[in-house]
Amino acid sequence: MNALPNAAALQRSARWERLGLASLITPALLLIVVTMLLPVCWLFYLSVLSDAGAFSLEHYQRMWEQPSYGRTFVTTFKVSVLTTGICILLGYPLAYFLSELPKRAANLCMVAVLLPLWTSLLVRTYAWLVLLQRRGLINSWGIELGLWDEPLALVHNLAGTLVGMVHVMLPFLVLPLYSAMRAIDRNYLRAAANLGAGPLRSFWLVFFPLALPGLTTGALIVFILCLGFYVTPAVLGGGKVVMVSSRIANDIEIFFNWGAASALGVVLLLLTALLIFGAMRLTRVGALLSDKAAS
Amino acid sequence: MARNSSLPITIAQVTKTYGKVFALDHVDLHINSGEFLTLLGPSGSGKTTLLTVLAGFTRPDGGSVKFGDAEMITVPPHKRDVGMVFQNYALFPHMTVAANVAFPLKLRGVVGAESARSVERALEMVRLGGYGTRGVDQLSGGQRQRVALARAMVFEPRIMLMDEPLSALDKQLREHMQIELRQLHEQLGMTTVYVTHDQREALTMSDRIAVINGGRIMQLDTPRAIYERPANRFVAEFIGESTFVPVAVAGGRLLLAGQALQTAEPLPADGPRLLMLRPERLRVLGAGEDPGPGFNLLLATLAHTVYQGDSSLLQVALADGTRLQVRSASIGMADAAQLSPGRPLRLALAVHDTVLLAPEDGAST
Repeated sequence: MNALPNAAALQRSARWERLGLASLITPALLLIVVTMLLPVCWLFYLSVLSDAGAFSLEHYQRMWEQPSYGRTFVTTFKVSVLTTGICILLGYPLAYFLSELPKRAANLCMVAVLLPLWTSLLVRTYAWLVLLQRRGLINSWGIELGLWDEPLALVHNLAGTLVGMVHVMLPFLVLPLYSAMRAIDRNYLRAAANLGAGPLRSFWLVFFPLALPGLTTGALIVFILCLGFYVTPAVLGGGKVVMVSSRIANDIEIFFNWGAASALGVVLLLLTALLIFGAMRLTRVGALLSDKAAS
Repeated sequence: MARNSSLPITIAQVTKTYGKVFALDHVDLHINSGEFLTLLGPSGSGKTTLLTVLAGFTRPDGGSVKFGDAEMITVPPHKRDVGMVFQNYALFPHMTVAANVAFPLKLRGVVGAESARSVERALEMVRLGGYGTRGVDQLSGGQRQRVALARAMVFEPRIMLMDEPLSALDKQLREHMQIELRQLHEQLGMTTVYVTHDQREALTMSDRIAVINGGRIMQLDTPRAIYERPANRFVAEFIGESTFVPVAVAGGRLLLAGQALQTAEPLPADGPRLLMLRPERLRVLGAGEDPGPGFNLLLATLAHTVYQGDSSLLQVALADGTRLQVRSASIGMADAAQLSPGRPLRLALAVHDTVLLAPEDGAST
């Protein structure tokens, strides 16, 4: 073989370049391993230990046998689905409106959308409590204006929980949806109109499918965040809307049963993973990564 | 597919302002049925705005646009029934080639086998038969261009609008597509309005060219007339190369560096004029060669030569110091020796190529 001059040195420098690039992810990787992977493994380990410390599936068995656990999971998914649905209903028109605005105005409005995220979650949740309770602002105004006679039950139930959760979650839906819509070349809509599509059909046949990856991403983020949500359902649900997270907290704070809490966590984790996988298969979120909608 | 009905377009008084700037300034234009008309102008001239007014995407401040006898100015784009090819094709990325082409048919209630037949025929027409199942992102630039064309003509519109459809292609493909587009137009016969900033493309393809600048039509004529007899300095400058020499007509005579010239048109009244000289129309005479009747003779000195392969651009100076450019075919390796600076040259200029323009009209843009 006739070796080219400097071939070895060039190969070495290429190797260093790759190594340098790989080293960029090391801090994040370490963080994930220490704060995520290890605890999850520990969680799993705890969930298969009996109270006596031997290997046992008793925590999972209990979950299967006691219907109250099933109800908790149903409630959790119901609240999450409803919150996601309401967020889509409110967020889709909003994101569309923002995407049609000139860039500067849209950025300004985006700040308004993100503003809630700058305030503490706890503060916002208790603020809703103040607004929604029996003698809260909304009830007293409603009665004063003669819109209804008796104070409405707006809080410590599903409705109150949903109000608070939608408020918290809306930005997480709007952000990815907005950027997907913004990336859609308006010439596609012009082309659709030119080819004979009225506003409604050009929306359904062209705009909606092109914005779908953004919608799926946003909805998925909201849904997953909802599944593990604790503060808002606990405060605004008033003990009547029991989500998995509340149950986990109870198991630990009241019963000191780490095994039961861990088993709940493992099941929630698996169900969530299964759901994400299913959603990805269904709507091919991967399309977002191949920036198909953008070009 | 050849439906022999095409429609004339009548544009009257169409005006569009952005703030105080006129994008379109009281444009009047009649486009004949079946004609291939090109809107040619620099960027920002208003040519694309005029096209989008025809398509219905831009709402002008006022004016009238008629397709045949029907007033279209307030008709929304999806009811205008015109085909359009977009600059970047605007093929729907979430649909296959066939679905893209079938899109306008679907909206017109044509589905199933009939739609499939029309789609395949349209794709064959642009020589993409059998490409229906491909995704748009699997196509090359030229193929996308053809799909866009197939999609625009599959519903047999009587008017076709094209917004710089070839500008994203490389030179060879562009020249090839120019000929193909022209052939398709002859085959289908729809009235076509074509926007470009490429003068050669305009000259190659059009029945007539409307040269646009500052929202106004500077000249509307056949390619030959536009090139040979530009109406003003802007048109002359925008299309082809030219040198402009300020001259004066005095006492019924036109003098350039002391030599009297004959002109293509009868001499205008006394006053300052611009003499337009196309470099390729000036011919270097051989020693003792007589230009003969019908030619003006100019005496000049060679300043320097720029070799450009197929031709060379000679910078020459007349006796009074006026600088001209002369394009002459290169003559191989011998060129270099022959064209040494300082050499005296005799130049012939046909009388019918000696064109006078009004001084500085509409030029400073």
